[in-house]
Amino acid sequence: MSTPFAKLPVWVEYALIPLVNLAVAFLVAGIVVVFVGENPLEAARIMITGAFGSGEGIGFTLYYATYFIFTGLAVAVAFHAGLFNIGAEGQAYVGGIGVAAACLTFDHTMPWYLVFVLASLGAMAFGALWALIPAWLQAYRGSHIVITTIMFNYIASNLMLYMLLNVFKPLGQMAAQSRTFEPGGQLPKLDWLLSIFGLDIGGAPFNFSFLVALVAAFVVWVLIWRTRLGYEMRTMGFQPHAARFAGMKSKRIVVIAMLISGALAGLMALNPIMGDQYRIQQDFVTGAGFVGIAVALMGRSHPVGIVLAAILFGMLYQGGAELSFDMPEITRDMIVVIQGLVILFAGALEHMFRPAITAFFARASKSRSEAAAGA
Amino acid sequence: MSDFAIELKGIDKRFGAVHANKNINLKVAKGTIHGIIGENGAGKSTLMSILYGFYQADSGEIFISGQKANIKDSKAAISAGIGMVHQHFMLVENFSVLENIMLGAEESAILTKGITKARAELKRLEEQYEMEVDPDAIIEELPVGVQQRVEILKAIYRKADILILDEPTGVLTPPEADHLFRILAQLKEQGKTVILITHKLREIMAITDEVSVMRRGEMVATRKTSETSVEELAELMVGRRVLLHVEKGEAKPGEVKLSVRNLTVRDSRGVTMVDNVSFDVRAGEIVGIAGVAGNGQSELLEAIAGMRPATSGTVTLNGQPVDITGPGDPADMRRRGLAHVPEDRHHTGLVLKFEEAENAMLGYHGDRKFGQSFLLDVESVRKDAMDKIEQYDIRPPNPRLKTANFSGGNQQKIVLAREMERNPDVLIIGQPTRGVDVGAIEFIHKRIIEMRDQGKAILLVSVELDEIRSLADRIIVMFAGRIAGERNPDASEGEIGLLMAGVEQKLEAAE
Repeated sequence: MSTPFAKLPVWVEYALIPLVNLAVAFLVAGIVVVFVGENPLEAARIMITGAFGSGEGIGFTLYYATYFIFTGLAVAVAFHAGLFNIGAEGQAYVGGIGVAAACLTFDHTMPWYLVFVLASLGAMAFGALWALIPAWLQAYRGSHIVITTIMFNYIASNLMLYMLLNVFKPLGQMAAQSRTFEPGGQLPKLDWLLSIFGLDIGGAPFNFSFLVALVAAFVVWVLIWRTRLGYEMRTMGFQPHAARFAGMKSKRIVVIAMLISGALAGLMALNPIMGDQYRIQQDFVTGAGFVGIAVALMGRSHPVGIVLAAILFGMLYQGGAELSFDMPEITRDMIVVIQGLVILFAGALEHMFRPAITAFFARASKSRSEAAAGA
Repeated sequence: MSDFAIELKGIDKRFGAVHANKNINLKVAKGTIHGIIGENGAGKSTLMSILYGFYQADSGEIFISGQKANIKDSKAAISAGIGMVHQHFMLVENFSVLENIMLGAEESAILTKGITKARAELKRLEEQYEMEVDPDAIIEELPVGVQQRVEILKAIYRKADILILDEPTGVLTPPEADHLFRILAQLKEQGKTVILITHKLREIMAITDEVSVMRRGEMVATRKTSETSVEELAELMVGRRVLLHVEKGEAKPGEVKLSVRNLTVRDSRGVTMVDNVSFDVRAGEIVGIAGVAGNGQSELLEAIAGMRPATSGTVTLNGQPVDITGPGDPADMRRRGLAHVPEDRHHTGLVLKFEEAENAMLGYHGDRKFGQSFLLDVESVRKDAMDKIEQYDIRPPNPRLKTANFSGGNQQKIVLAREMERNPDVLIIGQPTRGVDVGAIEFIHKRIIEMRDQGKAILLVSVELDEIRSLADRIIVMFAGRIAGERNPDASEGEIGLLMAGVEQKLEAAE
């Protein structure tokens, strides 16, 4: 028996439902704030002005968003091919090797834009390499990619510690980090971009890799919706049996999709290493790989949605930092709770309000058509 | 007490913009078999779902035996005396017959007492309605026809006086269908009321007392079966005159285009699905493969199409041998001139979430005309789709619409247009008209005959025996993975039906 379903207007599907989910997430977060003993409206004000109220705030928000665009795109590309890449965290971490190696080798001799090209290639190569083994195991040995990519996050963590201590750390240093890069290994800040809007970037590390992220988003859109490879990936993701029918090489597509996914995750390393710290240090990914999963879910695996969702999460990071500074009752951990609620309502419980909204629009269209029939 | 088992008054139901049931009035007399026919999407299933409590009507009233009933879920329907036998059985496959019958009616947490009672009751029902079933047999080991009997017993065990059967003969052999009809007649004799939903007009004529016709959400007519004809019912269903018989001339078979020798296919568990099958298909002829679903036809088609590795055997396509036991390459088979309309368009032939145009190139997306480089030329993809939409009258004519939003018939036309317009030498077609409305069936049958007359070699698999008999020039019957026999299309239905049931094979084995 088939269930006839009503199609929702596009704006409801892509704007209203996400907004309702978001509103509920903030409502629940507000209740949590009340329990902590603070004023939720005041907290919201601090958060929003902290994220968007100044040039520096915006700079930080977009700096954080840059992380999430890369990892969100990485998760989305794999997702289109029906693969759940939980390993963006590790792939981004290992991608750092490529960035650091290029910077440490050439920062004395080359201008930043040449080093940038090499660092990008290195980041993509190492990120892809880290995705290759789980991809191969999935395609040719049937090991589930969710399990292997999670495992590879741990392996990456230990591998990177070894690399930092034994390869990148200069002799006689205490911290697990490389030396600071010369100007050749530093990406320019995007202060000019904000000054167009009359904003002052202040000390925010908002840098060139944001533009790289936007280009990557466009390239991903072309890949998914305008290339044969993207077409095959989507066929695989929607209907593996139809891909088989169409004669697509499923195993090859699994590997290629994961290589692209890993390469995108690897590119993320540009942002902290070459755009902010000018050195490679321990744990520079700081969970962005996992936030990327939420970003891809919320952005519905579409590059435009991912950019918007990444900015939202950038706001939560930056505004949250301001909030825990201004309201000592609200600790860093509380911010994580709020982020968790957004992920919960916008990601995991995405369909919670859908039936009610669908029913509402069904009634609306019915009374509309009855009115038309009456007239 | 009312003379009507069921009376529906002004039932109305919408799903968003879809007006599934429009002011339906229906009276079903007690102790009769009442047929409900209509094309796919006519609203039959919605109406029955309302009656069985899956959906709530937006407005309208339901009377059961003259009493106004509020059926808010299937539990309420059962206690009102309504039982339903679904198209896809709702049985726990690894449970016994008795356990399935009791499921949901166990009466207490400790089963011992309930089992004894149920066993006695089941025995009584079996005798009363002459339906023999071994209560301790495991469902998955029973033939489909017997499984269906368990479904019916399940409903009667729950004291159903009104039995709704949704497309009950789709999975049955002709002898099994006959047996079912005898059971239904028996039920009627015992005073039960039966509602039979089907799209097979012949069944309606054979067994029902009255028949109601639905079209586009409306109840367009109710007739006494004895006072109507197949032609009139078909016309009422479609809203225009329909050609029920396929006009076709003599076949002019040419050279052998597809040759299958000693093909054996085992599935991943090692079960033999196709067993040493050999046949030829010549240019300009249609070879039909008849058989009850699940007797190896699907695996045979998939092996020939390169989608499933064969265990042994050879296939020759256009005079060239094909590596049939390797991993298989459907793309390579296409290049060699084979086109494949798969049995299951929802999971294999189409990606329902794709736009129509994206499906119109599935499998041929590597063609240069869809883009010179790795990039797809979206304009030419849509233009190509639009050409096919016009040629095959696919509605609505919008290549950007999601495929899931097309009706079954139009979805099937998308697949057929894609495969036929490639001008293949060999065309293999599985279930060409499954879930397709009568109007589109006529169109699809005509196109298949046209392809034959253009000299294509066509291999046709269908579980609809009528379809095979009216289209095929030769009929091969498959049973349990083997070829049970070959017949001409003018062989009697009974003769082919026995082959489908494997009867002749058993006799041969006994000799």
